[in-house]
Amino acid sequence: MGESVGDFVRRVSHELGRNRSRLLELARAVQERYRYVSPEAMDAMARSMGVPRVEVEGLVSFYAFLSDRPQGRIVIRLSDNVIDEMKGAARVGAAFQEALGIGFGQTTADGLFTLEWTPCIGMSDQAPAALINHVVATQLSSDSARRIVEILRQDGSPEKVVRAFGFGDGNNGHDLVRAMVHNNIRQPGRVIFGHMAPGEALSKALAMSPVEVIRDVKTARLRGRGGAGFPTGMKWDFTRAAEGQRRYVICNADEGEPGTFKDRVILTERPDLMIEGMTIAAYAVGAEMGIIYLRAEYAYLRAFLEHVLEGRRRQGLLGRDIAGKKGFHFDIRIQLGAGAYVCGEETALISSCEGDRGDPKDRPPFPTDKGLLSHPTTVNNVETLCCVARILEHGPGWFSEEGSSQSAGPKLLSISGDCARPGVYEVPFGITLAEVLRLCGAEDAAAVQVGGPSGQMVGREGFGRRICYEDLSTGGAVMVFDGSRDVLWIVNKFLDFFIEESCGYCTPCRVGNVLMRERVQRIRAGRGEPSDLDYLRRLAQTVKTASRCGLGQTSPNPVLTTLDNFRGVYQSRVQQPTDGRRPAFDLEAALVEARAATGARPAVTPG
Amino acid sequence: MAKPKIATTSLAGCFGCHMSILDIDERILELGQLVEFDKSPINDLKRFRGPVDVGLIEGGCCNEENVRVLQDFRRHCRVLVSLGDCAIMGGVPALRNMIPLKECLEEAFCHGVTLHNTNGRIPNDAEIPLLLDKVYPCHEVVKIDCFLPGCPPSADAIWEALLALLHGKPVELPYELIKYD
Repeated sequence: MGESVGDFVRRVSHELGRNRSRLLELARAVQERYRYVSPEAMDAMARSMGVPRVEVEGLVSFYAFLSDRPQGRIVIRLSDNVIDEMKGAARVGAAFQEALGIGFGQTTADGLFTLEWTPCIGMSDQAPAALINHVVATQLSSDSARRIVEILRQDGSPEKVVRAFGFGDGNNGHDLVRAMVHNNIRQPGRVIFGHMAPGEALSKALAMSPVEVIRDVKTARLRGRGGAGFPTGMKWDFTRAAEGQRRYVICNADEGEPGTFKDRVILTERPDLMIEGMTIAAYAVGAEMGIIYLRAEYAYLRAFLEHVLEGRRRQGLLGRDIAGKKGFHFDIRIQLGAGAYVCGEETALISSCEGDRGDPKDRPPFPTDKGLLSHPTTVNNVETLCCVARILEHGPGWFSEEGSSQSAGPKLLSISGDCARPGVYEVPFGITLAEVLRLCGAEDAAAVQVGGPSGQMVGREGFGRRICYEDLSTGGAVMVFDGSRDVLWIVNKFLDFFIEESCGYCTPCRVGNVLMRERVQRIRAGRGEPSDLDYLRRLAQTVKTASRCGLGQTSPNPVLTTLDNFRGVYQSRVQQPTDGRRPAFDLEAALVEARAATGARPAVTPG
Repeated sequence: MAKPKIATTSLAGCFGCHMSILDIDERILELGQLVEFDKSPINDLKRFRGPVDVGLIEGGCCNEENVRVLQDFRRHCRVLVSLGDCAIMGGVPALRNMIPLKECLEEAFCHGVTLHNTNGRIPNDAEIPLLLDKVYPCHEVVKIDCFLPGCPPSADAIWEALLALLHGKPVELPYELIKYD
């Protein structure tokens, strides 16, 4: 006690080696301890880290999990993803508001609770879900929301909530996890969920030269599992060949695409496999340092992952002279995100690892040439790294037995929405959508969003299409909608998400997404005209072409793919005006403010 | 054959575009030969006498009356032209769009430093058209067929555009006649 904010900041920044690239961790520590980053704290942070104050302020304003205003001791963040809303998030939200006596975005007068909406927290298979500080609460109802508030009021400890509702399956019950999350592994396959003996793949890799390891990964035709599908071996080749004193391997565990949760399950049940793949990657590219960039929403897994890393260090699978291989040193630290979707984009993720706002960077130079702190860096997805370990363990031929011509191996799908069995499925690449829908019990599906909001919306006539890079490319999110769902409502929700998550750096994305939503809302309100469809398409193309990073380049996809695949829905909602008036212009609505300001005057009948 | 008819109006504009129409100088005589003016400030005709071929709209819509006049023009005109930047994108009047209407009115009628308003209230008179929540460009209120940018568009641009429209030809203005400020 007695430690001032300034003292605290100085102590923690000293622990972080006054390393400017650890600024985000410092901010997180301040947030955790004081429940906000106060102006005094910002001053102290700027001084002790040797950065301009405006950078600290910029950082705090960027991340959703940092706040410049005091937050409650317990922050309840209710997920407002499409799937959560379909499963009743609005009712849960109303129950929370009523029980807490505050609205969303507010803090109770006693400083105990803050209530917020948050984008998808990676629990779409058990929606609606919320974060209570780091603790995840799943399958919420208005009853359980009331009960949660009651428990928190009595005890003040989110952990007690989990105890009351019970732990989930598998490692969710582990002493260091203790989460009410369920894995929902509906279809385990031989690659990700097959038996694994830690160190086996690694020892096989270390018996080869790094170049041979890369050759094996290339022979297996492994492509990135995050969604973009870049050939992993090629990425490693570039990183290995690039000039630099040091090299880095980053594992992208910032699984932020709404509707995706398969990495959560890997991190819970197969962390060894992922870390083994990461170690092999380090050996292949010549890296000594690795970072697991863990999304803030999965902070409940951090202690467990640290424990796994520690265990591997003890076994000699991390650290110096790994597995007896002289001169092969590699270690990993976990970097926690702070609630920013755009950080899943690799250059933004690197910015965040450098302690900056998660702004995307211009490319080239590519991270393989100049990545983290300008050193050659390979950024790989959680699932990709798991595949790497399997390829080295069983050989490239074994891996590519499954899959299609350009998409070798299996893919994990995160399936949610209107289906009987939401959860994680390991399926061979090339599987048809119809087959996927049969597996998860969604025979009456009317629309499927493949690849999350940035992916494609497919209608019934497209259910014969295949999930693979050459057709429906996806990071794994499959959201199922039955005939009762309004496609335009879904598009609207997705645009809400992109508008919230746009970093604001470039105009096409910052402004274009807002204009698209405005037009979609106009159509939803029955005030649309046929010409609005052309407008939407042109605007969407502009945003796609002119945006700086993947966020804006994909955010128009919900609009474009529904215009293609659900044109009838749009057409049935627009009308050609006969009198030349714009149906979108509502004179009476435009006069409401004036009537209020001048003193109510009766509305005159329109002439 | 009867002469084609034209009509003009200034909504939330400064009459600068109408001045620019007058800037066609002696060609106004030729215009008089070519067309017949219906509702327009130029002949001070207040109401439409019948259908019109070309309507020129100066200014955007800042109040209820602007909207009704514009809708009246849309009903009567075969081709409707947004003339000048205010009609096309709100222009100077739209500077108020960033400020809530109530604040604008209070600044004008209650708090202004040079103000003499004994009752301190915002006027409420049936003769004064109600302001819209913001200034709208014309094409957001009715369908507009042609846009002639400029602040104001030059007399030559207006002349060339009008001739083309009256003769049913495509409006193809040379680069020098198109101005965006």
